[in-house]
This record gives sequence, structure tokens and C-alpha cells, in this order.
Amino acid sequence: MSNGQHRQYVQQFDSIGPTLAGANLPWLAARRRTALAQFDVSGFPSPRDEEWKYTNVSAIEKKLFRQQATADLPSRIDPGLIDRYRLTDAWALVFVNGVFSPELSDLADLPAGVTATPMSRALAEMPQRVERAFGHACAHEHHGFVAFNTAFFGEGLFLCVPADCVLDRPVQLLQVSTQNDTAANLRNLIVLDAGAQATLIEIFVGQPGNSTLTTSVTEVLVAENASLDCYSLQNEADRGFLFGGLYASVGPSGRFDHTNLSLGGLLVRQEIHADLGEAAQCNLNGLFLGRQRQHVDNHTLIHHRAPRGTSREHYRGILSDRARGVFQGRIVVHPDAQKTDAQMNNRNLLLSDDAEIDTKPQLEIHADDVKCAHGVAIGQLDPQSVFYLESRGVDSESARNMLTFAFANAMVEQIRLPSVKSLAQDELLALLPQAGIRKDWL
Amino acid sequence: MLKIENLHVRVDDKAILQGISLKVQPGEVHAIMGPNGSGKSTLAHVLAGRAGYEIASGSVSYLGHNLLEMAPEERAREGIFLAFQYPVEIPGVSNIYLLKAALNALRKHRGENEVDAMDFLMLVKAKIRSLDLDEEFLYRGVNEGFSGGEKKRNEILQMAILEPKLCILDETDSGLDIDALKVVAEGVNSLRAAERSFILVTHYQRLLDYVKPDYVHVLAHGRIVKSGDASLALELESKGYGWIDQNLAAVA
Repeated sequence: MSNGQHRQYVQQFDSIGPTLAGANLPWLAARRRTALAQFDVSGFPSPRDEEWKYTNVSAIEKKLFRQQATADLPSRIDPGLIDRYRLTDAWALVFVNGVFSPELSDLADLPAGVTATPMSRALAEMPQRVERAFGHACAHEHHGFVAFNTAFFGEGLFLCVPADCVLDRPVQLLQVSTQNDTAANLRNLIVLDAGAQATLIEIFVGQPGNSTLTTSVTEVLVAENASLDCYSLQNEADRGFLFGGLYASVGPSGRFDHTNLSLGGLLVRQEIHADLGEAAQCNLNGLFLGRQRQHVDNHTLIHHRAPRGTSREHYRGILSDRARGVFQGRIVVHPDAQKTDAQMNNRNLLLSDDAEIDTKPQLEIHADDVKCAHGVAIGQLDPQSVFYLESRGVDSESARNMLTFAFANAMVEQIRLPSVKSLAQDELLALLPQAGIRKDWL
Repeated sequence: MLKIENLHVRVDDKAILQGISLKVQPGEVHAIMGPNGSGKSTLAHVLAGRAGYEIASGSVSYLGHNLLEMAPEERAREGIFLAFQYPVEIPGVSNIYLLKAALNALRKHRGENEVDAMDFLMLVKAKIRSLDLDEEFLYRGVNEGFSGGEKKRNEILQMAILEPKLCILDETDSGLDIDALKVVAEGVNSLRAAERSFILVTHYQRLLDYVKPDYVHVLAHGRIVKSGDASLALELESKGYGWIDQNLAAVA
């Protein structure tokens, strides 16, 4: 229990509540109230909680972030930011400080039967459909951030893909923080009916110089034989805070693939949790970079609840200066989940003596006929590799940078979607300018 | 071109090279043979500038430069190329990327423009065909998942693109089957030129069946104990390295 700002948020609820999306819906109002009561008791999580052992969020509580009611003027938004991060090959929903911006979004020519709409509109136009899907993949009791998000979310994405529909373009959620001291709280619901296939990209970025808080909770329901390719890319501003939670429930023979690119922000915590049904598949890839005094936390959890599920998890971290990285990866194989095949791997590169990584892979196996493995590596650049490049005429600093880039790029190269791969490479090159890597040579 | 005089090298206070002297003129091929632990690979690495070796005494001059004072990348840019016994794998950087970065680093050093992308691709494609490598090989990570033979051929490919003046091949024949050995040898032979010299470090004579050396030197206990022409390699092959030790004992 903390004495920080969290009680002030609670006190604000009476005035903010009526302005939030779906305020007129009794079921949602009840959920918000319950979540608020829980948040009132728990506050934001503390390192006393085992799942938050390595991440202290008290810095977030030092300030009261304002929620915006209306979108920022497009003229105040750095157009370069939109150009860089809004993918041209996707249906895009753009949120500015947590408020939907129709001008910046593009939802033209959505196939019949497919819903991709801001959450406020979904709650106004199809509240029963939202209610049916809401709160299944993630309970608000999960922890303080989810409770906070449930109580305060103002917008989000509601995406429904009907049975056997294959979306031929990705759907993108882009949240841009442009104003100092503001909070953006997004609640997203992704529903793929049986046999449906879709690609979702979530991007969270901030305009430099601002102190902002973004919380985003995405619930994903992947029905039988359905398949979701999902990408999260965040590059918050230097003083940006981000809590991103993505909770997926995957039906029998369904597939959920996620790539997590965590590249910026002062304090970032991302949770990727998946519940797998029979013969479901899940691939979690992640790349996180921390520099200066950044703190970047990745928390993954895979539940194998039924037989013959497959999961693969590969996370890589690169930490320089005084940055601190966290990888907590947990795989739980339940008693019924025989023939589970699960592998988890986390490799980390420490580029300075003051950088730190806390990595905690956990396998919890309650079935006896399973194939499970995990591995962790923490290292520095290999001097032999540096010498190899030097002996080819590459100077020492470039050699080190090229190897750092290579370590990260090995994850980026696994990205299937060309536009995301290209963006990820641009981001990486911007973060490692001294690498002297030429994109046109890659 | 290269003049090594009375070179003594230590690693962790252990004397590895104990007075090596060797002269290599342009266009010459020198084979350095010797049993395991004789210091062959150390010599190759010291010439390329690898860290971790203490030069206790002696000198190495290369094209008029004091080689031992040059950083590894400077040596490379001045035309020294080491083909590694164990080339490292670098997933995440493609083979062709490294080739381009290396070639352009050399060209920049010589005050030349960056290589034209199309010219470069044509050059590389011609070279990989002659080394019996698949084109897809260019787009894989550097040595990533390559077989032993592919790694060695990749070293020769890099050598062919960078066109060094002094090529040092460290046990390039080890672990190769006879077909791969022939391909590698043909690659080396095709690079032989009046201005280009080679130092072939090898344990076995068989590479020398395909790449005929001008001189053969036998290294034992950190010293060159015998030098001769190509026939010395054959003699070694039939009599074994024990013969060298017996000779040394007889002299002593």
C-alpha cells in the first residue's frame, strides 16, 4: 500500500468517470467501480510483490498525470512522428494522448463483417459485443496497473474478425504522447473467431522531452484454429512511463505469435501472457534496449492448459550505460497438458560495467510427458568476433557496434511483416548511430 | 615485403615463439609446417595483430612499416589478410554486408570511392561461382550455420574480394574433404600474382599437393628449425615430425 498519488486518482474518479467511454453502461460502470476499489486498496504494484521484484514504479507515483478529454490539435503533433510510425500498408487507428484521432486514422475499405473501431464507438454502438468479450483474457484483479486501466481507460481498439476471415492487411494501433504530464489509458479487445487470421501492430511512442504515462491493456481472444500475428513496438520519450499488458487466450489449434520491441522510455513494463488450449501454438520474441538510466521490464507467462501445445520464446536484451533490464519468463505446464513442447531462451548483452540485467526464467511442470527447456545467457561482446571484423579492415569501435547491431538484428530478421521489419531496423539504426550500419547494404 | 627478425612472443608468461626470422618477397608462397603446439598459429595471429600476445623482442617490418605498431584494421587496410582456422559466426550481419563493409573500408583507406552497388554484386557473384558456393550463401549471417568447408571457402571468398597483398592462411586445409580442399586450393592458386605473397600455415602436406610453395619452413618449439623447397614437405610427410626432433637431438 502506498501513500503516493494513487488516492488522488481515486478521488478524481467521481469527476472523470462520467466523461469516460461507455459511462452510461451499467455493466461497465460496475466493473470500473470494482477496479477502482481494488486500486484504492492496492495502489500501483510494489517490489514486495514477487512479480514486481525487480521493478520499482514509485517514480510514476510522484506525479499526477492528467487524462485528456479531447484530442490534441493535429498542428501540435510532430508530423515526422506520424509519418515514421503509421504504417502505410495497415488499417490504422491513431490515438493522441489516449484520444482517438479520426483525421490521422485510416479505416477505409475494411472488409464486410470485420470490426475495427475505437472502443468508445464500440461501447456506444455495440455494447453487448464488447461486454461478451471484456474481462475474459485478463481480470482487473491482476494488479494495480490493470485495475487502474480498467477504472480509467478512455479509449482503445475494438477489433473483431469473423470466422474464417483472413485479413489481408494488418491493423495498427498507434498511440502518440505529445503533451507533458498527461496520461493515456487504452483498453483494447481483439476477438478472432474460429479460423480467422489477422495481424495486429501496437505502437507506443512519445514526443521528446515530455513526461508521460501510458497504460495499455490488450485482451486477445483467439478462437479455435484462428491465428494472430502480433507486434508491439514502443519507443517512449526519455521521460515516458509505459505499462503495456497483453493477455491472450488461445483456443484449440489456435496460434498466437508476438514480437515485442521495447526501445525507449524511462520506465517500461510489458507483460505478455498467453493461455494455450489443446494443440495451440505460441511464439514470443522480444528485443529490449536500455541506455542511460532507463529501466525496461519484460514479464512473460505462458500457461499450457491442455495437451500438445507448443511454445517458443526468445528474448534478447542489450543494456548500456546505467540501464537496467528485467526478463521474467514463466512457463506453466498444467497436469492435463501432456505432450507439451516448450522452449524459452533469454540472451543479454551488457555493454557497460554499470548496466544490469535481472533474468528469471521459470519452468513449472505438473505433467510428466513433456519436452521443456530453458536457457539464459549474459555476456559481453566476444573479443574473437571483434578481432575477426578488425582483421577485415573494420575499425575497433565499428566492429563492436556492428556486433551489437547484429545481436539485435538477429531478432529483427525474424519479423515476417516487411513494413514492421523495416521500421524496426530504422529504429535500431537510430539507437545505434555509431554502428555506421548502412541500411541499404543490409 | 615482410621481414621478421628474431621474434620472441609470450602468452601468459609462457614463451611461444623463441626467435623466428623469416623473409617473404613479393609473389612468394611460404609454407610453415610443424607439429601441434609449435607456435604456427601464434605466428599467424601475431602478424594479423590479435591482442593477448606479448612481443618480448624482435621486429616485423611490412612494406616498410613497423607492423607490430599497427592496429589490426590498419594491417588489413594495408593488405594483410588472415584466413582463420576457426572463422567466427556473426548471426544478424549478412555475409554480403561484411564483404561490402570490409571492401569499402579498404577503398576509403586508399582514397577511393565507395564501390558501386551493381559492380559489387557482379564481382561477388562471379567469385562465389568460382568457389562453388550458392548465391543464397551471401544473404546468410556471416558463417552462421556454415559447414566447416563452407567457412573455409568463405574465407577464400573474402580474400578474393579484398585482394590483399599478403595472405596468411591458418590451417585452412584442416577439416576439409578432398573436394573442398581442391576448391580452396584452386581459389588460392587463382589469386597467385607477382605482387601477392602467401604464408600457408599447415599441419599436413596435402594442401601443398595443390598449392605449390616456393619455400617450406618447419617450426618446432617456437623456432624455424629447417627450411627448404617443396620437397621438404614431402620428406616430412614420409618421415613424420619425429624426424625433426631426432635431427635436433643429433645436432645437440
